[in-house]
Amino acid sequence: MEYFLTEEQKTIKDLARKIAEERVLPVRAELDETEDFPRAIMKYLADADMFRVFIPEEYEGLGGGCLELCLVVEELSRVCAAISTCYAVNALGCYTLIEFGTEEQKRKYLPDIAAGRRLTAFALTEPTAGSDAGAIKTTAEKVNGGYMLNGTKQFITNGGEAEIYTVIALTDKTRGARGASAIIVEKDTEGFSFGKTEKKMGIRASATRELIFRNCFVPEENLIGREGAGFLMAMKLFDRSRPGIGAQALGIAQGALETAVDYTRQRIQFGQPLISLPVVQDILGDMATHIEASRALIYAAARTVDSGAKNLTEVSAMSKVFASDVAMKVTTDAVQICGGPGYMRDYPLEKMMRDAKITQIYEGSNQILRNAIAIETRKRKGRT
Amino acid sequence: MGIEIDFEQCTGCGNCEPACPFGLLEVVDDKVRLKEGCTLCSACQEACPVDAILIEAAPAAETTSDEHRGVWVFAEQRHGQLKDVAYELLAEGRALADILQTDLSAVCFGHNITEINQLVAHGADKVYLVDSPELAENLDDLYTQQFIELIQEYKPEIVIAGATSLGRAFIPRVAAVLKTGLTADCTGLDIDPENRLLQQTRPTFGGNIMATIICQARRPQMATVRPRVFKKNTPEAGRKGQVIKLDFDRERITAKTKLLNFVKDLTETVKIEEADVIVSGGRGLGKAENFKMLDELASVIGAAVGASRAAVDEGWIPYSHQVGQTGKTVCPKLYIACGISGAVQHLAGMQTSDVIVAINDNPDAPIFEAATYGIVGDLFKVVPMLTEKLKNG
Amino acid sequence: MNVIVCLKQVPGTTDVKVNPQTNTLIRQGVENVINPFDTYALEEGVRTKERYGEGKVTAMSMGPLQAEAVMREAISLGADEAVLLSDKAFAGADTWATAYTLAQAINKIGQHDIIICGRQTIDGDTGQVGPELAEILEIPFVAYVSQIEEIADGRIRVQRMVEEGHEVIESSLPAVITVVKEINVPRLPSLRGITRSKSAPVAIWSAREIGVDESRVGLAGSFTKVIKVFFPQRVSQSEVFQGEMESQVDCLIDRLKDTGLT
Repeated sequence: MEYFLTEEQKTIKDLARKIAEERVLPVRAELDETEDFPRAIMKYLADADMFRVFIPEEYEGLGGGCLELCLVVEELSRVCAAISTCYAVNALGCYTLIEFGTEEQKRKYLPDIAAGRRLTAFALTEPTAGSDAGAIKTTAEKVNGGYMLNGTKQFITNGGEAEIYTVIALTDKTRGARGASAIIVEKDTEGFSFGKTEKKMGIRASATRELIFRNCFVPEENLIGREGAGFLMAMKLFDRSRPGIGAQALGIAQGALETAVDYTRQRIQFGQPLISLPVVQDILGDMATHIEASRALIYAAARTVDSGAKNLTEVSAMSKVFASDVAMKVTTDAVQICGGPGYMRDYPLEKMMRDAKITQIYEGSNQILRNAIAIETRKRKGRT
Repeated sequence: MGIEIDFEQCTGCGNCEPACPFGLLEVVDDKVRLKEGCTLCSACQEACPVDAILIEAAPAAETTSDEHRGVWVFAEQRHGQLKDVAYELLAEGRALADILQTDLSAVCFGHNITEINQLVAHGADKVYLVDSPELAENLDDLYTQQFIELIQEYKPEIVIAGATSLGRAFIPRVAAVLKTGLTADCTGLDIDPENRLLQQTRPTFGGNIMATIICQARRPQMATVRPRVFKKNTPEAGRKGQVIKLDFDRERITAKTKLLNFVKDLTETVKIEEADVIVSGGRGLGKAENFKMLDELASVIGAAVGASRAAVDEGWIPYSHQVGQTGKTVCPKLYIACGISGAVQHLAGMQTSDVIVAINDNPDAPIFEAATYGIVGDLFKVVPMLTEKLKNG
Repeated sequence: MNVIVCLKQVPGTTDVKVNPQTNTLIRQGVENVINPFDTYALEEGVRTKERYGEGKVTAMSMGPLQAEAVMREAISLGADEAVLLSDKAFAGADTWATAYTLAQAINKIGQHDIIICGRQTIDGDTGQVGPELAEILEIPFVAYVSQIEEIADGRIRVQRMVEEGHEVIESSLPAVITVVKEINVPRLPSLRGITRSKSAPVAIWSAREIGVDESRVGLAGSFTKVIKVFFPQRVSQSEVFQGEMESQVDCLIDRLKDTGLT
């Protein structure tokens, strides 16, 4: 399909693919086994200017938007979704800063993020607040000259590895979600430590960790936007980031399809390659069709985000829900048609299947998102 | 200079298309079109029935000087020990000299070289020996100048040397100064007796194409040959030959570079992804100790040792040796798979090897389909036998 | 520190497929790339400049006009300037004629401290252009460099790989070195580098512009001449030996010897 990518977008996609194939592929299985954070690969991505993609030009970025980010994420995920997770979460971690930060804050942080010198993370989820994100308990009590943070954040991607954290905490406990604010906390701030490192089913080379705040003081200039706007900012952020999760799912599915085609072409059973069996073709045909549909939806959603459109909730949720369900189905089917080898860790498919699962869960579970889509649909009475 | 197509003559018959080894000719709209990359090999010219392809030949070769006579072999040594390649080249040089009815000479630089008479026993009529403590180490600069001097003085018509790291580094410099042609890494040498030309055949394009090359107008005709391409002759103990000892003139011959230090590589582990030859073991080896058998074969043929995932998972050999999807991808010139069944994931890591040898007792093992050569049999018998025979021959 | 890196454009794979019907190379789908060994030379050139500051890295190649693409790639990988020597007169050059042409162009550039080449190309595989270039320029030469230890006061100290280890060699500058792949891990291009390379000028010099004697370049200037090109006999399929164990092993050894592998 022709997606009318610009020369620059094609360059970004091609280079991301090159990095994925030349630098990520050789260590993919090893990283999955060892669960080591891929520092070296983050450095390659930084050297290739990949962290500049989503940063505005004024702050040493390349000024790309959601689509450019999606292209990088898709290509990285095609080889390894753990790598794309470590990468993409940086966009999440600095988006509120780009959108709502002061000039001073942007000058202070963005050039470092663009150069890949400092990684970022975004911290919302807590032990008691998952899909019900409004139930957060971490507090940022106003004190002289700043805020005193107390509480625990859970399942934070890039936790422990990132240098800059955007933390959503309650500056006004009495107002619930409306009392939440976004605050920048730098690593090595006194009172800020890391707890449990999670052992995950998939995307195992990415770091997922607890953040613990015990009387952690941060100066008031670390507040992003105004007090009480944190939850709203987070929701806006997710509206813009969900096509990225879709792109991750898309990349995983694409990688699985390629692996399955490769295998079924080589594998001879009953005197012929598996791929010539109608039952296998049936499955491959479906896989390819769903993947292309998912790509079309994601690119369109990303372009909608980049167009400056106001209400993004529905389209971005749709792209994430659809692509992640496709990824789960495609990877499961790919394992199935590759049979025994597909199930073995020697082959990348079982990893892809494990990795795909998270895309149905994080940044809004598909169930929550379907509800959101339904609400929007109801609002417009189902019409387009 | 170059190739021209006479479109008046060209009928677009397409005969030339398949003739081009590089696939550069294409008939478009009834006329042949040439893509870039022509080496002017003239294969198409022969195929053209209407003489529409014109290749302007090199200007008439300058008359070859007749005073150049004799075949020379550069006999490389290291720390006083002659290398095998010297004997291999003498065997080939002997054959060439016999066709040309001329002398075969060995040229040797170094210090305190043992068994210099072996050069005569292996076929040399003359040995030019420059023995000096200054030449104890292989110093490219000194070798280059010394060799140039000797060639200019004694005027051989053919000079061949081993394509070792020394040979490949200094022989091109000799040729450049003498302004003569040099063909690298030859796998075949022949003489056209009519004009005494050395026909030098070498692989190119990763061995996909062979090219035969001559050096018409310049002398000597020079070539390097990879070690182990030719077989050495059995030495003839009583063979007569002349050893000519020459002085090394340090005044005249100067070095532009200085050797400060030599560091011997203590860790002899060859990185498998860089090795030219790999001997790999799989589940069929049965236990860790049996990898010793592969180590022996590997040391005889200068190979690295690889392994399948099965062997690594059993803990018989570290992960760094693993070849395959989850291990390393390798592309050696020779891959010997011992007791490896050939699971898809293993094949993915080595199937582009130039030559694959499979040794397995199961004739149905998939490895045999990927293999260039296969031996169905007990690897505990085959491998030691192979090692022994290669060691002795 | 002014560095000149010599590059060659080659087919992107040594695994060139041969059409069994016509016995010709299948060129379709094989894109041209910088000779892999030359990427180490380029990387070392760029690192050397970065390490010693100032000066520039000039990538130089002799080849058809389409090689401009790899010259741009060289710029995206850190070369400051690129010079492509392209002329019909250069076609069919052997290694000496190539080295001569490069040498004349290098003389035209003038100022240079170090010339870096890859150890060999993956298509021709000769490894001769580097050493021949040094002799034609009449400057020192070191082959198989695996590390540049230091450059100071017009001298360079390098480690050079030899069969049993490595030698530490010192030379005056300017000099030609050829590098092995152990010397570095070449960087990938960056997005900004690619953008820059798209608009950067690639100088294209003809025989006249370098001022070479046309009888000394290309086929005319080559001392060697290819008189025949043919395909090696291929092993069609797997050959599984038969007979007694020992005769099978002998067969195998013969086959391996025939191909020059043992």
